[in-house]
Amino acid sequence: MPINYYLFLAIIIFSIGVTGVLTRRNAIIVFMSIELMLNAANLLLVAFSKLVHQRMAVVEPTNLMAGIDGQLFVFFIMVVAAAEVSVGLAIIVMMYRNVHNVDINFLNRLKN
Amino acid sequence: MNISLIAFWFLSALAVFSSLMVITRKNPVYSVLYLILTFFAISGHYILMNAQFLAIVNLIVYAGAIMVLFLFVLMLMNLNKETEQQKNKYLLWSSAIAGGMLMIVLIAALDTPYPQMLEKPGAGNFGMIQNLGKALFTEYVVPFELSSILFLSAMVGAVVISKKGD
Amino acid sequence: MKLAPIIPLLPLAGFLINGLLRNKLSKALTGIIGSGVVLIAFVLSFLVFNSVKAGNTQIFNLFDFISIGNLKIPFEFQVDSLTAVFLLIITGVGFLIHVYSTAYMHEEDEPNFARYFSYLNLFVFSMLLLVMGGNYVVMFIGWEGVGLCSYLLIGYWFTNTEYNIAAKKAFIMNRIGDLGFLIAVFWMIQVFGTTSFSAVFTQLPGNISTTAITGITLCLLIGATGKSAQIPLYTWLPDAMAGPTPVSALIHAATMVTAGIYMIARSNLLYVLAPASMHVVAIVGLATALLAATIALKQNDIKKVLAYSTVSQLGYMFLGLGVGAFTGAVFHVMTHAFFKALLFLGAGSVIHAMHHQQDMRFYGGLKKMLPITHATMLIGCLAIAGIPPFSGFFSKDEILAHAFEANPVYYILGVIGALMTAFYMFRLYAMTFLGQNRGDAHHTPHESPKAMTVPLIVLAVLSAIGGLVGIPELFKPNAHKLSDFLAPVFEDANQYMAHHEAPAHSTEWMMIGVSTFLIVVVIFVAIKRFSNAANATKEAEGVGKFLENKWYVDELYDAMIAKPLMALGSFFNAVVEKSGIDRLVNGVGKAVQFSSRQLRLLQSGNVGGYLLMMVIAIILLIRLVFYLKM
Repeated sequence: MPINYYLFLAIIIFSIGVTGVLTRRNAIIVFMSIELMLNAANLLLVAFSKLVHQRMAVVEPTNLMAGIDGQLFVFFIMVVAAAEVSVGLAIIVMMYRNVHNVDINFLNRLKN
Repeated sequence: MNISLIAFWFLSALAVFSSLMVITRKNPVYSVLYLILTFFAISGHYILMNAQFLAIVNLIVYAGAIMVLFLFVLMLMNLNKETEQQKNKYLLWSSAIAGGMLMIVLIAALDTPYPQMLEKPGAGNFGMIQNLGKALFTEYVVPFELSSILFLSAMVGAVVISKKGD
Repeated sequence: MKLAPIIPLLPLAGFLINGLLRNKLSKALTGIIGSGVVLIAFVLSFLVFNSVKAGNTQIFNLFDFISIGNLKIPFEFQVDSLTAVFLLIITGVGFLIHVYSTAYMHEEDEPNFARYFSYLNLFVFSMLLLVMGGNYVVMFIGWEGVGLCSYLLIGYWFTNTEYNIAAKKAFIMNRIGDLGFLIAVFWMIQVFGTTSFSAVFTQLPGNISTTAITGITLCLLIGATGKSAQIPLYTWLPDAMAGPTPVSALIHAATMVTAGIYMIARSNLLYVLAPASMHVVAIVGLATALLAATIALKQNDIKKVLAYSTVSQLGYMFLGLGVGAFTGAVFHVMTHAFFKALLFLGAGSVIHAMHHQQDMRFYGGLKKMLPITHATMLIGCLAIAGIPPFSGFFSKDEILAHAFEANPVYYILGVIGALMTAFYMFRLYAMTFLGQNRGDAHHTPHESPKAMTVPLIVLAVLSAIGGLVGIPELFKPNAHKLSDFLAPVFEDANQYMAHHEAPAHSTEWMMIGVSTFLIVVVIFVAIKRFSNAANATKEAEGVGKFLENKWYVDELYDAMIAKPLMALGSFFNAVVEKSGIDRLVNGVGKAVQFSSRQLRLLQSGNVGGYLLMMVIAIILLIRLVFYLKM
């Protein structure tokens, strides 16, 4: 299966995420769109990790760890995403408490 | 048409469809549910690529914990109604077109006539927890420890931000 | 002699102390500091002089001043016999003028008094820098410094618009000359690759084209005509009388105007290798000497007479330089410093006594009331007129003798100038001191305080005997001490100079006899004529009127240069500035305002809009990269 397939799939999901961020005004859905984009990136990382691994296996069959960095990056991205979501949702809660709305256009004023 | 190719197409279609649903549903709760579906599809892809550990983590952390958090917030604040105001129509369309353009441009930029081929999933234990763990606690031990500090600060931040009053 | 670099630092220190603490110091302290630093500098100069006399020429390389590529211009001092002579003149005469100023300026209030002294010190500092500089760039720093100080001091009474105009005139005239100097320096860098005196002169004559040397020397000459008040840039010097009288003395005697002479004497080798420039120098000098002398004949302002006399004497120095009498020119600088400082300070004393009346028609009969001033002024007049054995005789005679060797026409014109000098000086003398007092009858002028008369006496003694350092061979062989002392500086130049047959001793005796006789006759005529009040106050007419109005040179410059420039300026102001530049500038402003008003609409605060922009930008960037890769 060509690597292009995964590439295109990731691009499509990523673009859907971008479109979601652009079109929706609900902050939570915007947030979810960002998660979509992150996952598209993760998918691509894993695909390239696999590619590197299988190519290294030809040169050096004993090295099982070749290309594992990609998967570890995905792992760290998940870590960061989890932290980000916790803080982001806290901000949304805070925002809802203040303006009783989660419309991002209410965030155009940084003061008051 | 072997089984893994069929699985790939099926999972891809599912992922694209459900992510489209995520951004088109009026009710945020549906969006969350479709997002979980997307994550399942992506986890399937991970398994196809011998990344079993990541697939499981994706399900547990993303589909499990994070999405529950989303639902929790939605339910808690009674946001599960279709209250969202619509954007300006022109802005809406231009946003959609911009997204589509981005997709086309990216695909056009990254398309190659003779792509590398991925083999079908082997029986190897490449993506198993043993290998990942080894790398994580040797080569990547510092970032790993730092990520725990990141969690701590995120936790403190979340508590400080959502605390009532000032 | 390691002390030489300290000499210019002393007046600089005096300048800083007096300038910065001018509201705190008392007048006495200011005067002591101002004069004291110059006195110490004088003592050091004397030590330097002795050291140089023992045969030490030194170059002090203090630090790298400019270093660009291959061009290295160090901040260096060069101390040799020429420098030593000028050091003594500047600090010695400068000190006397400082002392004199403490009394002359005592009416000023304290801050202005300190300001005056700090300017004087700065002036001395700049001049020392000028004569001590080891290359043309350091010299140029001093050169600009004296220009600045002359501006500051001429415009010292800055509340008077006329004085300010005089100061500006001096500054602008000097700037014109400075441009010539600057071009010469650049040219020199291009031709020689260095500006250090020693490095430039060792490359001569080499294979440097005469054209380049002539060009450089002519540009230097333009600089010298500006600073030393020669045709065509001399008009600032008479106007410079706006400053306090001691300043005039300082400008005319010790500093500033001698800069041009010093510079040409310093560049003697360059000039000798460019005979055309030598001729130009001689002709400019002679023309200036005659022109200024004729103007001086009819001036009524005592300081104006002295000013034109300075211009005329400087013309003699240029004549001397132009005919190769470098020693004679430096000698005349020295004697001129003595007697011109004396005359100016004497004039200052008179003006002081007459309550700032400067018109000689209101003087007369001051002989009794100002005995010391009278006696010293008489010595000064005799010295400048060239009566033996006063100092002016020796130096002027040396220049004229060389002029005779070069071209007898120069000599005859020079003697005519000398006769006019004697005439106008004794006209001044007679109008001031002899005859009846024509001034205000109600008050009696009285002699000036000691701080003013003592410098006068010292200068009078110097004017009387100062010429004895340069007794010509005619009187006593090998008695020209100054010539021996300066010989190392000019020995290279003498090799290349066209040698003329020195006139026979009998001819020289005859020349001296005739010219002295004529001068004495002229003096008696002048005294006889101008002791009479009627003649003294008579309105000038005909040629006299023409001379009194200074040949209408100022008006000529005004009509030929200033007016067209003003017209051009107002044209630019009215047309180019208003409708061109203003419109352009305002247009830029309006365009920015307009476009920002439009662009402001993008800043809606709408997060979605921002994101959309971002995505579009990303698309364009990727497209661009994609396009570039193809």
